[in-house]
Amino acid sequence: MIHTLENVIREHPFFRDLPDHLLEIITGCAKNVEFPEGQVLLQEGDPANEFYFIRKGLVSVELLIPNRGPTTVQTIGEGEILGWSWVSPPYRWHFNARTLESTRALVFDGKCLRTKCEQDYQLGYELLKRFATVITGRLDATRLQLMDIYGQHS
Amino acid sequence: MANILEQEVSEQVATDPMVPQLFRTERLKHETDDTFTMSLVPTNENCRISFLPGQFNMLYIFGVGEVPISISGDPAITSALEHTTRSVGMVTKRMGLLKPGELVGVRGPYGTHWPVSENEGRDFVIVSGGIGLAPLRPVLYHMMAQREKYRKIVLLYGARTPEDILYKRELERWRGKFDLEVQVTVDRAASGWRGNVGVVTPLVARAPFNPANTVALLCGPEVMMRFAVMDLQKRGVPAERIYLSMERNMKCALGYCGHCQYGPTFVCKDGPVFRFDTIASIFGKGEI
Repeated sequence: MIHTLENVIREHPFFRDLPDHLLEIITGCAKNVEFPEGQVLLQEGDPANEFYFIRKGLVSVELLIPNRGPTTVQTIGEGEILGWSWVSPPYRWHFNARTLESTRALVFDGKCLRTKCEQDYQLGYELLKRFATVITGRLDATRLQLMDIYGQHS
Repeated sequence: MANILEQEVSEQVATDPMVPQLFRTERLKHETDDTFTMSLVPTNENCRISFLPGQFNMLYIFGVGEVPISISGDPAITSALEHTTRSVGMVTKRMGLLKPGELVGVRGPYGTHWPVSENEGRDFVIVSGGIGLAPLRPVLYHMMAQREKYRKIVLLYGARTPEDILYKRELERWRGKFDLEVQVTVDRAASGWRGNVGVVTPLVARAPFNPANTVALLCGPEVMMRFAVMDLQKRGVPAERIYLSMERNMKCALGYCGHCQYGPTFVCKDGPVFRFDTIASIFGKGEI
């Protein structure tokens, strides 16, 4: 099979079972990108106008803590989605994100998709449903992380 | 007279499962700040060590007490036993101070084992957290020694911090081999760490294995295993091919005392390794 942008998007579990016409809209807002190690992808406080589907590589999601410097709270790897602040106001990044190694990704124009979602509620619902799953997974993971499950009393 | 006594003791040891055999501490290696691996050799020259990956021994520190500890060494080695544990209670804290030559009582091996040889030709995904890697290390030794018998082998391992990672050198060696996928993640890391950060369970979603032909082996905190089971099932691994090592308060290791009762089973003799579908109805229930 030829790895067109549409095929790559269609095969990803995040977009599975999307109707063709919605897939076409989403593909129209996507492009292939490649980043070297150390590239800053998201900067806390900046406008959140895109999201990424990581195809290869590793990205760290970081918070800058005074006197401690950048602290990694999570890493996002192959097959995972990075960035959901484009979905909800005020559309600003809450974290920084930086590549830990050379990374290939698809970047989606969130600003363009936001406008299209307002015009097409089916698209909006399908995308929000999928982002809700990603957010739920991250929330579960964060709760586990907070529990310090490998500690002495685990 | 002494010989008769030794013979009597030896016969008693052979017949009474409550009587420990004497082993001598060969060495003690500190893996992290609070975990260590003991290497023990039998005092009886005729004793040949034999165990299956996943089984445990009852280790007795004279005058202190006895605790169940998983065997973490290579099952192909018949001259010495290895156990890795964390200094957490009175007995394990004393164990952490063992000097070469000191005697330890050993009963076992006990319990069920990981279904490794029974599943030749399949993919394996091993999900472990913290000290939970120890009972799975014999599986890795076994499979790496007979690599051609298995398809993909994926080890997903979560630790608290980079300093808490067990068997660092071995993990690096295994990762260096192209026929074993090792993914390590930590809950917290300083800025120098260049690997994964986050819990181990999300790694299941992106791990390279074929769910239709995969056996999953899980060992770690129970809450971690609960989420790992969900993620494995989401990927399509059937319940009858997911195995977990459960932990309860084991005392006799023979199913007599009932301390380790887990629903209708005893972890010491029906476990510690359970097939998930056989405990699914009680797994994660707070009152059990």
